[in-house]
Amino acid sequence: MIWNRHFECMEREELQKLQGNRLKEMVKRVYDSVPFYRNKLQEEGIEPDDIMSIDDLNKLPFTTKQDLRDNYPFGMFAVPQPDIVRFHASSGTTGKSTVVGYTHNDVQMWSEVVARSLTMAGVTKADIIQVAYGYGLFTGGLGLHYGAEKVGASVIPISGGNTKKQLQLMEDFGSTVIACTPSYAAYIGESLVEEKIDRSKIKLKAGIFGAEPWTQEMRTQIEQVLGIKAYDIYGLTEIIGPGVSMECHFQHGMHIFEDHFIPEIVNPETGEVLPYGELGELVFTPVTKEAMPLIRYRTRDLTRLHAEKCECGRTLVRMEKCVGRTDDMLIIRGVNVFPSQVESVLLEMSETKPHYLIVVDRDNNLDRMEIQVEIEEAFFSDEVKELEGLRQRLKANIASTLGISAVIRLVEPGTIERSMGKAKRVIDKRHLH
Amino acid sequence: MIIKQLSVFLENKTGRLTELTGILADNDINISAFSIADTADYGILRMIVGRPELAAEVLKNNGFTVKITDVVGMIIPHSPGGLHKALQIISSNNVAIDYMYAFASGECKATVVIRAESLKKIIDVLQEHKMELLREGDVYQV
Repeated sequence: MIWNRHFECMEREELQKLQGNRLKEMVKRVYDSVPFYRNKLQEEGIEPDDIMSIDDLNKLPFTTKQDLRDNYPFGMFAVPQPDIVRFHASSGTTGKSTVVGYTHNDVQMWSEVVARSLTMAGVTKADIIQVAYGYGLFTGGLGLHYGAEKVGASVIPISGGNTKKQLQLMEDFGSTVIACTPSYAAYIGESLVEEKIDRSKIKLKAGIFGAEPWTQEMRTQIEQVLGIKAYDIYGLTEIIGPGVSMECHFQHGMHIFEDHFIPEIVNPETGEVLPYGELGELVFTPVTKEAMPLIRYRTRDLTRLHAEKCECGRTLVRMEKCVGRTDDMLIIRGVNVFPSQVESVLLEMSETKPHYLIVVDRDNNLDRMEIQVEIEEAFFSDEVKELEGLRQRLKANIASTLGISAVIRLVEPGTIERSMGKAKRVIDKRHLH
Repeated sequence: MIIKQLSVFLENKTGRLTELTGILADNDINISAFSIADTADYGILRMIVGRPELAAEVLKNNGFTVKITDVVGMIIPHSPGGLHKALQIISSNNVAIDYMYAFASGECKATVVIRAESLKKIIDVLQEHKMELLREGDVYQV
């Protein structure tokens, strides 16, 4: 099913023309109404008229998270405050939160892209969707809520947490779709097993998960325990919230809604634009946003783009699951390490749970990485040689995946803190910043 | 002849063992014997208790990682050479022992709890040599 065939299946040439026109209009608009951009463009010697088509995009300067912080709270807004109908703020994965405003049209556009996303996961007006993302300044809850209403589905705005109630409503209301963070989905799955709830009473068929990195292995695990198909949704507050891109049922990456958000992949060091298929930092230019349009916003997410037409019929570019964030990346003994790599190792091994905590410390000027791992109850052996064998296998797999060694510490199941929102995976005690 | 031992995974954290003994005490479960295999980060507690199934359940409900393991209880004289004679029988029959621990019960007898690669084989060998083994019925009260 396709929500908006016109835009989602548009010929690429026509799409690029549309993007070019929208970009031109948007650059003019920010030049006239956002002092930050007018100054920046003037510094670079760029006039709005220099931007004629999508090919001129790379002439424009980047916008960074720091720019948004420097202009806190409303400095990046392109409309006067009375035109703002809603505020959200980024969840502050790193540092101070950033404020984003929406006009009435922005909220409409957001609902549209989330409606497209939900349709990709097979959601229709016949579905009952349990929105277990947090409601509030975080974009997850309200973003999914408005999109689901636009589709016409029945929305349970339960928000995150209160897992017992989640399970109860899931059973009593017969929820067919759940939307939350993948780590919370895994936790709901665990609770379902713990509470010994009869799976035949659960009608869930699909899950829409995003807002934090997760792996293919975690997907398989969630799908098995909840008996659903799990879909990946991507978004970030600065661009709009969830619904920047979404997976169709072929799951060959997430389709970016390019008529609204123009993607690029750049070399994170040099800023040079990279061709399709190469790994680099994802950059977005949300050309239709009224309240807070951004020029070439650096997401710090690392991924690849693919432009071949998808089996589903959509012509939209697909982005791979992000391999990490430029700022999530830990540099340990000079090696780049992403928490997602640790997670994939754990999920490949049936003896451990995907709950882990990376503790990085510095001892005599040498970085030391400890990974705390919960052992899977069913695999607990009372023989030291078995447990030590497991620890050695983990150590070897981690070393071969990460390229550096780590101290593995086996801990009791359930002792690593579970998160209702974004999971905390790393404690860096080195105080390097 | 097989008896049930409770094995518990314990992180090396102050108070964790006390928590466990408290739960057993509250549930009126007696510990007849126990040993701890320790590594730098964690320990494996092995114990013989009255009502092992109930003990496993209450510990699990309290968040402990528990497993019931089959072991053999061998009764030997509490006198010089008692253990040596028993071990000679076991080793000369090539039975590999994974771990064992012992406790004296009374003036003249001691009990050795043994986890072996093949429990059937060790039971056969010991019975063949007329060694006394603990029976499930009396073991949990030793």
